[in-house]
Amino acid sequence: MSDAAAHGEHDEHHGYHPGGMKRWLFTTNHKDIGTMYLIFALIMFFIGGAMAMVIRLELFQPGLQFVEPQFFNSMTTMHALVMIFGAVMPAWTGFANWLIPMMIGAPDMALPRLNNWSFWILPFAFTLLLGTFFMPGGAPAGGWTMYPPLVLQTGDAFPFLIFAVHFMGASSIAGAINIIATVFNMRAPGMTLMKLPLFVWTWIITAFLLIASIPVLAGAVTMLLTDKFFGTAFFAASGGGDPVMFQHIFWFFGHPEVYILILPAFGIASAIIPTFARKPLFGYASMVYATGAIAFLSFIVWAHHMFTVGMPLAGELFFMYTTVLIAVPTGVKVFNWCATLWQSSITFEVPMLFSLAFVILFTIGGFSGLMLGITPVDFQYHDTYFVVAHFHYVLVTGAIFSIISATYFWLPKWTGHMYDETLGKWHFWLSTISVNVLFFPQHFLGLAGMPRRIPDYAVQFADFNMVSSIGGFVFGFSQILFVMVIWKCVKGGEKATDRVWEGAHGLEWTLPSPPPYHSFTTPPAPASIEGGMR
Amino acid sequence: MISKLRKYRAGYTLGWLLAALPATVLADWKLNLMKGVTPFSREIYDLHMLILGICTVIGIFVFGAIFYSLWAFRKSRGAVAANWHESTTVEIIWTILPLAILVGMAVPATKALIMMEDVANADMTIKVTGYQWRWHYEYIEDGIDFYSTLAENSNEARTLNSGIDPATVEHYLLDVDKRVVVPVNKKIRFLTTAGDVIHAWWVPDLGWKRDAVPGFINESWATVLEEGVYRGQCAELCGKDHGFMPIVVEAVSEEAYVAWVEKTKKAASE
Repeated sequence: MSDAAAHGEHDEHHGYHPGGMKRWLFTTNHKDIGTMYLIFALIMFFIGGAMAMVIRLELFQPGLQFVEPQFFNSMTTMHALVMIFGAVMPAWTGFANWLIPMMIGAPDMALPRLNNWSFWILPFAFTLLLGTFFMPGGAPAGGWTMYPPLVLQTGDAFPFLIFAVHFMGASSIAGAINIIATVFNMRAPGMTLMKLPLFVWTWIITAFLLIASIPVLAGAVTMLLTDKFFGTAFFAASGGGDPVMFQHIFWFFGHPEVYILILPAFGIASAIIPTFARKPLFGYASMVYATGAIAFLSFIVWAHHMFTVGMPLAGELFFMYTTVLIAVPTGVKVFNWCATLWQSSITFEVPMLFSLAFVILFTIGGFSGLMLGITPVDFQYHDTYFVVAHFHYVLVTGAIFSIISATYFWLPKWTGHMYDETLGKWHFWLSTISVNVLFFPQHFLGLAGMPRRIPDYAVQFADFNMVSSIGGFVFGFSQILFVMVIWKCVKGGEKATDRVWEGAHGLEWTLPSPPPYHSFTTPPAPASIEGGMR
Repeated sequence: MISKLRKYRAGYTLGWLLAALPATVLADWKLNLMKGVTPFSREIYDLHMLILGICTVIGIFVFGAIFYSLWAFRKSRGAVAANWHESTTVEIIWTILPLAILVGMAVPATKALIMMEDVANADMTIKVTGYQWRWHYEYIEDGIDFYSTLAENSNEARTLNSGIDPATVEHYLLDVDKRVVVPVNKKIRFLTTAGDVIHAWWVPDLGWKRDAVPGFINESWATVLEEGVYRGQCAELCGKDHGFMPIVVEAVSEEAYVAWVEKTKKAASE
């Protein structure tokens, strides 16, 4: 990495600097670890993407042409696990590592050794998980939600799945603890909480969600493990257990989890839109409160993922009301971004394009989410392609678009070079058009009655599936452009200035591009701290 | 910059049109939820259209404001950024207003839900049990029970590289060997459960799906208002053949139903 050249001069206190592989294995530096997280996430994005290509290929036309149903189920299961735990979550931790110390005026993360460990758990976790493809019985195929009793029919892969989930969880908890410790202890003098950039705010809240929800998942999968191997019957009706209890426990983790994936994206949009609109973010304080409100609500809405499981009327009403209530703070955020654009001075660089697409397409995902939250109508939508369309709008055009947007935004700061704007624009337009061709028709498929997680379908669903698959292939191959842009930018290109963007505000832009190995060895001047709305 | 913006808007329009345009040409490009044939399914169709309508109106305002901003406040057009970044009044308005809209949605939704959960006073009961990968039906009052599995012609065509074009198979993947015959205009209580893993019993035209969970018995109801054949599928991942355990409900007149019960009982006793 290009910061390697800089680290020599800036590191009087830390003499030990191994080169080559040892540098990456033993590093405690937030930038090195951030880089590894981001590269790891990118690799997983392509592995998970390859699985999505297999899914769209098999669904290109009715009939089974390429894979057996069991393998198809493995594809959908592993695609979800790899994308959620391998791509999106590590990508956010990567951004947190790179950016939080620079944004709050700190030299590094508070717990550097824990940081190294939390990253290096991940390759082991995913070796375990991806290795299951070569085991008798094949990779897990019971869905990423791991509902018993079906998941207990998994072959030799089962314990590997459970331990992979444990490892991912341990890594996430360690990362979350580190971020909380860093933000609460290492802020520069004058960097009060209500001056923090929103990316830092959304990440603290995300970190608390992680600490509260991941142990719940760990408990649930451990109970699965003992049900399978040690004769317990937590979830087995035949032994007096309750298979629905697993769903309640799982989604008590699972709903905060979806905000873990999306809250940092809100922080990214709140950094990028004001920059290219050259106007302070509208309603900084309400953005912070809205994020907190969403995080709180995320713990009391879980059963909307299981409305059809057979709940008492009172339960269904409670979870419907709390679910639609989330639209209020989410709406506040979208309106605030709109107000930021009003009477501003906008230019359309690639990060801005991706962030604008994020706001619009995430809102579409929000609308379908609101529809899904209405319990009686969910009796039709539930477990159809309407749900698939919904969560891909919020996760692909939501979380992933935001991750891409952030990469373009900070890449010049990290590498010291500008990226290729033309190639970036191609990447944006191809991605945005194709992602809508890919996912918008899935709304129609769901409404017309196509269930999710099926390898083959009735012929009336053929037309939209073909359209969707074509969109999928174009979207998948467009991401190769993303790698090309990053590669070119790392290798060279026009020299980036310190501020990089005309409208950029915040401490990270006061550092050179690329920044020194230890971000702020002396605290920045309090006068240089502007407050998070800029 | 103007051309860039046009490209930007054109991108979205194109993406949407690509998905939506052919719908006007071919009948099979079905876009919307079915109205269905039960009082409940029609209730929730109306609810679906109401919420979709509200979302569309909000979407027009929000996206309209965004696209107007992108056009009007471009730097290339000489726009100069203002510096305001707060307005408590505006923020209170756009917190309270959505809340009011949500309450407006919640009222009809609550009514529909109360209607759905009222399984009392049913005329007859059918117990549905999900197995990997077929359905078992028991008519509690009439004393009939049978398994229902994927129709043989679909089953042949659906194997990997079968060489049979699914388009040539009638009701491909949506046909069974034995249909669930029910009388019209009778309140039927459905009890769903499962024998192995979780399944979900779903006929879209009835307006709901309900999980079939081992160890649990879930209650739902339907009154079919029109004679006809209604097709559905398992809606909860239940293993490798999850996509191959369809449901076919045939609603017939009361006389025809009585005749079917007689015939089926006779066939079972022989």
